[in-house]
Amino acid sequence: MQASLSQKSKTRSEAVYDWADERLGLTEVVEIAKHKTVPSHKHSFWYYWGGISLFFFIVQVFTGILLLVYYRAGADAYESVRQITYDIKFGWLVRSAHSWSANLMVVAIFVHMFSVLFMKAYRKPREFGWWSGLILLALTMVFGFSGYLLPMDDLAYFATKVGLEIPASIPIVGDLITNIVRGGQELSEVTIQRFFALHVVILPLVYIPFLAFHLFMVQKHGNAMPPSEEAKPASERRFIRFFPDFFAKDMGMWLIALNVLAILASLYPWQLGTQADPLAPAPAGIHPEWYFMSQFQLLKVFGRWFPGMTGEVLGMAVFSIAGLLLVLIPFIDSDSKSGKRARLATYIGLGLLFGMLLTTIWGYWEV
Amino acid sequence: MLNEEIVKNIIESEEIEEGEGKDLLSRREFFWLGSGAVGAVYLGAIGYPVYQYLSTPAQRSAEAAAVTQTTLDNAANLPKKSAMMFKFGAKPAMLIHQEDGSWSAFNAVCTHLGCTVKYEPEQSRIFCACHGGVYDPVTGANTAGPPPKPLTKFNVEVKDASIIISKV
Repeated sequence: MQASLSQKSKTRSEAVYDWADERLGLTEVVEIAKHKTVPSHKHSFWYYWGGISLFFFIVQVFTGILLLVYYRAGADAYESVRQITYDIKFGWLVRSAHSWSANLMVVAIFVHMFSVLFMKAYRKPREFGWWSGLILLALTMVFGFSGYLLPMDDLAYFATKVGLEIPASIPIVGDLITNIVRGGQELSEVTIQRFFALHVVILPLVYIPFLAFHLFMVQKHGNAMPPSEEAKPASERRFIRFFPDFFAKDMGMWLIALNVLAILASLYPWQLGTQADPLAPAPAGIHPEWYFMSQFQLLKVFGRWFPGMTGEVLGMAVFSIAGLLLVLIPFIDSDSKSGKRARLATYIGLGLLFGMLLTTIWGYWEV
Repeated sequence: MLNEEIVKNIIESEEIEEGEGKDLLSRREFFWLGSGAVGAVYLGAIGYPVYQYLSTPAQRSAEAAAVTQTTLDNAANLPKKSAMMFKFGAKPAMLIHQEDGSWSAFNAVCTHLGCTVKYEPEQSRIFCACHGGVYDPVTGANTAGPPPKPLTKFNVEVKDASIIISKV
């Protein structure tokens, strides 16, 4: 009796599957998942960081929508964030998770980018994956910058004020662009309103297609093997199945990421300062978010060494060149096609990494 | 593939509940049972704060609706043959100073479909513009149109310049 009932439910679920399969082509997807493999070697750990970045992005979408329920842009911005933080039940946690996850997402993306760079995964045919990744990194930083202002407390206000010095130092058009972005010569409710529109409408609208393209590229070309693996004969290379083996590990990483986020967000809740006052003096040691510190410090020291426009132009030039090197690296690196390590690309990567670390630490040292 | 596994699992666990076959869980069953339990804990740990977060205003308005009395400062100055609107808890309410000097107060929500009603002194009636419901301005009785019930009446107590409204 029991057996025949189970038999019946099985055929019913099979029938539902067949019905959906005919219309959606599920079997094709299952076939792809069955045959997809991921290289397994001593550097495999770095394969998870793109997925971790994606996880934090999903958290951002989820917590961002929750914040949107109570957040009010414009003159009421600070008051609404105060309510979220102190009045609404668990509002502090939602806001804290959003802020922490934003920072962790930037960390994960940087780790992902440098691991891709050092594993030379930008090489043919993956150039477009690399470039779309760079665009996503840039958009993520604009996400962070625009979101940082929205609570409109003193830190947000002054950090945005000094952060806007970066676009303002673009030669000739810098001031014009900055005034348009800011909606005037001073930070005001107008700025919050447009940063809000940027943060919750324009950026997601631009970000998601690039993200979809980026993921499509990963799916199309699969995970890249580092040159050290390519140098091995095919018989010595090892692979694991994407599904369920790699997928399960990926989900394990997401679980770790979730736990780290939960611990940080609940034990170190994101603080809300006092309401921004344009007439109040800036608190000591004001600086932009850590992921802008490198650029900020470059501008600062070049301004010190070469007073006036020259310093700004030189500072801008240095990180434009850094950005350009990242964009052009698939063309610079032509040696490793044969499986040889591309020394130049490695040196450029190391130079960028240590340059960024050094200027960031230097920046915090001077704060 | 996953589908089949789940279905198979369900079948296997059903068998165990029935006491047929093995006494102990298989590794696979233990894994899925454990994952399911852990997943449920995580879902609860995320779901509970989210529910509380989203329902805070609903809880607050339920608390506000629980009031039984409210004081309207200086409302005794209201001219005769006129009305003022106020909030009783979370809902709109209406205080009418009658021509003969007496007072009435009602819940100002139409008993038909919930529109806010209006006092019309010229026609001595309370009127709902949505579907033409008419109430008596002294008793709150539904006198014409679709309303099925009279307006809820409140007690009115004049104390110096203030007026205290309370539930009957």
